[in-house]
Amino acid sequence: MSRQTAGAAKAGAWAGRVKFSELYRKYGILFIFIAIVIISAILNPVFLTPDNLLNIVRQNAVIVILACAQTLLIVCGMIDLSAGFVLTLSGCLAAGVMVETGSLPAALATGIVIGGVCGWVSGFLVTRFRLQPFIATLAMANVANGITQVYTNGSAVSGIGAMRNIGQGYVGPIPIPILIMFGIVLLAWFIMKYTKFGLYIYAIGGNEKAAIASGINVDRTKRNIFAFSGLLVGLAGVVLMARLNSGQPSVGAGYEFDAITAAVIGGTSFTGGVGNVFGTLIGALIVGMINNILNLMSVSTKYQLIIKGVLIAVAVIIDMRTKSSRT
Amino acid sequence: MEQSAELIRMENISKAFSGVTVLENVTLSLKKGTVHALVGENGAGKSTLMKILTGMYDDYGGTIYLEGKEVRFKNEKEALQAGISIVAQELTPIPELTIAENIFLGREPGKILSGLIDKKKLFARTSELMSKLGLAFDPRTKMKALSVAETQMIEIIKAISRDSKLIIMDEPTSALTDAETAYLFRQIESLKASGIAIVFISHKFDEIFRICDEVTVLRDGKFIATKPIGELTEEEIVAMMVGRQIADVYPPLSPPSGDRVFEVKGLSRRGVLSDISFHVGRGEIVGIAGMMGAGRTEVVRAIFGLDPKDEGEILLDGKPVRIRNPREAIEHGIVMVTEDRKNLGIVPIRSILDNIALPNMDFYARWGVIRKDKLTKDAADICRSLAVKAHSLDMPVEQLSGGNQQKVVLAKWLLRDIKLLILDEPTRGIDIGAKHEIYKLMRDLAQSGIPILMISSELPEVIGMAHRILVMAEGRIQAELARGEATQEKIMESIVGAKAEETKTITGGAGA
Repeated sequence: MSRQTAGAAKAGAWAGRVKFSELYRKYGILFIFIAIVIISAILNPVFLTPDNLLNIVRQNAVIVILACAQTLLIVCGMIDLSAGFVLTLSGCLAAGVMVETGSLPAALATGIVIGGVCGWVSGFLVTRFRLQPFIATLAMANVANGITQVYTNGSAVSGIGAMRNIGQGYVGPIPIPILIMFGIVLLAWFIMKYTKFGLYIYAIGGNEKAAIASGINVDRTKRNIFAFSGLLVGLAGVVLMARLNSGQPSVGAGYEFDAITAAVIGGTSFTGGVGNVFGTLIGALIVGMINNILNLMSVSTKYQLIIKGVLIAVAVIIDMRTKSSRT
Repeated sequence: MEQSAELIRMENISKAFSGVTVLENVTLSLKKGTVHALVGENGAGKSTLMKILTGMYDDYGGTIYLEGKEVRFKNEKEALQAGISIVAQELTPIPELTIAENIFLGREPGKILSGLIDKKKLFARTSELMSKLGLAFDPRTKMKALSVAETQMIEIIKAISRDSKLIIMDEPTSALTDAETAYLFRQIESLKASGIAIVFISHKFDEIFRICDEVTVLRDGKFIATKPIGELTEEEIVAMMVGRQIADVYPPLSPPSGDRVFEVKGLSRRGVLSDISFHVGRGEIVGIAGMMGAGRTEVVRAIFGLDPKDEGEILLDGKPVRIRNPREAIEHGIVMVTEDRKNLGIVPIRSILDNIALPNMDFYARWGVIRKDKLTKDAADICRSLAVKAHSLDMPVEQLSGGNQQKVVLAKWLLRDIKLLILDEPTRGIDIGAKHEIYKLMRDLAQSGIPILMISSELPEVIGMAHRILVMAEGRIQAELARGEATQEKIMESIVGAKAEETKTITGGAGA
């Protein structure tokens, strides 16, 4: 019968072959990225200088780390609205530990662990009490902000000494935040692509009921995602405060939206099950480049906001069009 | 009545998707006041043809004539306005709105000045419609209170309320009981009498012969024939659909070996199941027959750990095991191909490989890292042996046909050491060719020693494919019949005997 012969004839192709349309669907955002690079280079010659490019990446390192955390969550059909405040809390507490103990490892560990704990608690609320991630993390955002204000009493935690290097130091010619950022992107990429944990994240986001019926412990996986993404938020907090030279209790609010923006521009879908961190990296850099070129061209920040908003909508529309063109 | 007047003529319709031809010079002629069956295997082009007719695709070759005039619908709205409605297989009600609001969605009677909906008029019109059709639905009932069959009736009423000239029904009976189907057919007869043309897409031949006047067969996107139904037999239609004769639908089974691999004792769940006990042996296929709501699916959901159980013991190889969720069931080797494939079986947007990998990480991952080489090799092997039709393992499962999706679900379980394979309606919505393949596969799996528990609402399938048949009604096992002694009549007797006092009709529950 025809169906079986067709099956046998296709046997050779099982290894998996890549088509251009597939490539475009997957990496369409890369074409937009390149287009923006070219347009910016034409608009202003300073844009393509190594110093400027390095500057763009360094300025966005914190957002990229946060965006990796959001990508894991959004792919799984969740979201973290507390990331900005948790980032501030972990950064300020890390700064405090640094001032008290003078130990960089202790400060770093504090920041990361605090983030992880906050994430785990959000995950606990989501899985144990069936709260929507939106609600659970909104609650967490308030609590984290409150603790920050209580701890700092509204003023900066300064005198962080060696912690500064995390945000301002270099290894050879490369700024440490950029190294950390790439490390996190690679780690998140590896987890999503090559591990059991990553497979479960995509599966739960794609069809949670089917994941349960396939024997996946969905609740534990969700808690782990929240805890892991919390660790990344904590790390981002340390990097940010190190770059700012002190624990700033009023910086960080709203960072979660920049991170979500980066993930979404990078092709992560709110319906779940779709997205990857390279897309997210590109998404964050697109936003960073747009800000940069507008600055270079001395466009006032008021207009920058408007332009950024329009570009976000346009980028996502283009991305969605290229993805749905096949059906 | 203009019985034989042509309502629609689709001439030389062709359509391709990114270079792949799915329809080639197909011609379809639909007459007023007739029911026209459209048959063909999955992928034969039935849905694409109907999507063209209902305006969902406007880039096609060929011409459509409506009452002799050439038309080209740019979108679904234009087709609707021209009187062409479709009752899709996947129903899309808005559960929180009332019956009336769903029927008149998008064309609510309004108060011109305020822009508000004239609720009084809305409910009055719906009541009027109901009484015209002799139905007892309360227009104020919310959609979420209705059964699938009732929801389907509402969709059909919606089509009627638009003054449709043509109603396309895509597998309208797939979720209906016999009584509900009979009821639907009476409605179809009266639509017919009023001159409406109906396209009836179905895999069920008894229904096609019962209700249809003409039949058009498609195969691989090509037109094969249009004939009055009286001129054809079921075998002839099947032969045209698959392009060859299917000698014997059900392959012969070998006798099972006799050791009890799986056993359940006294399984109960308050109000749903009472005292269910049975066993499945090595290489044995046990079928569960019964009407919808008899507790068939509930039994296997409880065994697989999807639903809780109040009492009962499950034994594997004579030893009791504890199963509280699907994870524990799978760990013990009990796996299930669910009836509800889209919801429970597959992750549609993920690849074939990911879907197959999902439940098998206990042996395809080391330190949490997937052993991709081994996984890819084994997955490719199993897909090849099941003859899954796909370009590559990276293809999203949602792009496969129903039969191939079902094979992917099977593939993911076959990588494991299976102690009990549960198949809940394994051939629902699958065309006859793929059905035959699934049957052969079931035979092969049983022959290799796997115990199989199968649920089916198609009695011939249970009789043809099971060594033993358990007949369920009212949450209990009413009878057990051996292969050879089971006939449709005997099964029906056991069912009817059990529920003699309780007969369910479709309109009864609507007001609840």
